[in-house]
Amino acid sequence: MIEFRNASKSYDDGTLAVSDLNLIAKSHEITVLVGSSGCGKTTMLRMVNRLVAPTGGQVLIDDVDVADRNAVELRRSIGYVMQNSGLLPHRTTVDNIATVPVLRGTPVKEARKRAMELMEIVGLDPSQARRYPWQLSGGQQQRVGVARGLAADPNILLMDEPFGAVDPIVRADLQRELLRLQAELGKTILFVTHDIAEAIALGDKIVILEKGGKIAQQGAPAEIMAKPVDDFVSTFLGLDESRELHVEGDLVVDPSGRPVGRLA
Amino acid sequence: MSWILDNVSTIVDATWAHLWLALPAIVISFVVAVPVAWVASRFRRSRFTLLLVAGLIYAIPSLPLFIILPLILGTPVRSIVNVIAALGLYGVALMVRYAADALDAVSKDTVLAATAMGYGPMRRFFGVQLPLAGPALLAGLRVVAVSTVSLVPVSALLGVNSLGLLFTDGFQRGIFAEVFAGIAATVAVAVVVDLGLVALGKLLMPWERASLRGARRRTHTEDEQAVAA
Repeated sequence: MIEFRNASKSYDDGTLAVSDLNLIAKSHEITVLVGSSGCGKTTMLRMVNRLVAPTGGQVLIDDVDVADRNAVELRRSIGYVMQNSGLLPHRTTVDNIATVPVLRGTPVKEARKRAMELMEIVGLDPSQARRYPWQLSGGQQQRVGVARGLAADPNILLMDEPFGAVDPIVRADLQRELLRLQAELGKTILFVTHDIAEAIALGDKIVILEKGGKIAQQGAPAEIMAKPVDDFVSTFLGLDESRELHVEGDLVVDPSGRPVGRLA
Repeated sequence: MSWILDNVSTIVDATWAHLWLALPAIVISFVVAVPVAWVASRFRRSRFTLLLVAGLIYAIPSLPLFIILPLILGTPVRSIVNVIAALGLYGVALMVRYAADALDAVSKDTVLAATAMGYGPMRRFFGVQLPLAGPALLAGLRVVAVSTVSLVPVSALLGVNSLGLLFTDGFQRGIFAEVFAGIAATVAVAVVVDLGLVALGKLLMPWERASLRGARRRTHTEDEQAVAA
């Protein structure tokens, strides 16, 4: 369980990225932080593995303040997947995946063997093992990123817009794979995105954020869709007037008559 | 030409002596410049000062430096330690800027990713930042290497053996072939050292070779146009 207790982060120039955040991400669930850019969602994520130190309050993992833990050890115990995958460009696929286990002292040979298994789990062909990141497609790079995040078998996985840079078809594919993996592995996942559709597709719980890192609403996707608390949330969910849909023949159309979907 | 044939062993000795002055100086340049550059790149405020000092050192005329250094180091003027130290100092002065730029150019995202994986500061520097700065470091080191090799002959004015002695001796005795041999051998040493560095780079940075091949494939047509032009 990850808990933010009155967590704040302000920068020297006075900008308040996160203010007085209270939030619980339950174990074995996917909690999605969703909001537009500048809402502090990445900052929140980075507080968990101490890439960012809160200027007020605490972040706790299973009731232990992360500030009391050794930063390097803490990071090795938490999977981190970022946009554009953040792979090491001078390491092959298999060595990128083996990074954290090797840092933790697993013999290289053993770590590589495990990395090959992980490649299969995330749907990468073994022939990609000796390739360098630039030789892979965007979708493959993200798969490597996910495999690397899982390599040390962490309880917690932090995902910072991991599928933001790939095309919609690949993204949908990666989302499906993540849900399949999660059904098997049951990790505690904190997932950041600006895409509400992605949040709804993945989240056990969705946290909608306003500017300055304030929570506008949180809950299960169905709860939020059924009862948005205010206009900000409705607009964010796309439930404002411009999305009052009706059916014309087989098609679902918006108020201006543009097709937005098909009735099953 | 007969002078060259008669004095092959002198030229070979001078070439070895030349290499033994240049190579340690090149190694020193790299080993000293990288930590200095790390400080310049890590602590932004120190950057201006460090690069300024490096620039000033490079501006010291070489002959006076060869004479002043023994006073500081306590070595005899003709000691090769003196020569290597002077060459190394110039090398460091030149290399610091290349190295600082090379370290600055490493992607911040990649460094952040490495930190997030749980790299400690030392391991991150040697395992991520240094190798990724590698291609730019190598480019700088090649300039330093060639510049060092061509600076060695100045030490001949102190009487230290190198290919430079062929210049001074050839001029004094009016043997044109000797001067020519000195120049040709110096150029040859510079080329060999440069090729050696390129080969070392390929060995140490296999990912770079792969990505250059890919870049070449991608820009194949542009390359052809460039060649045609």
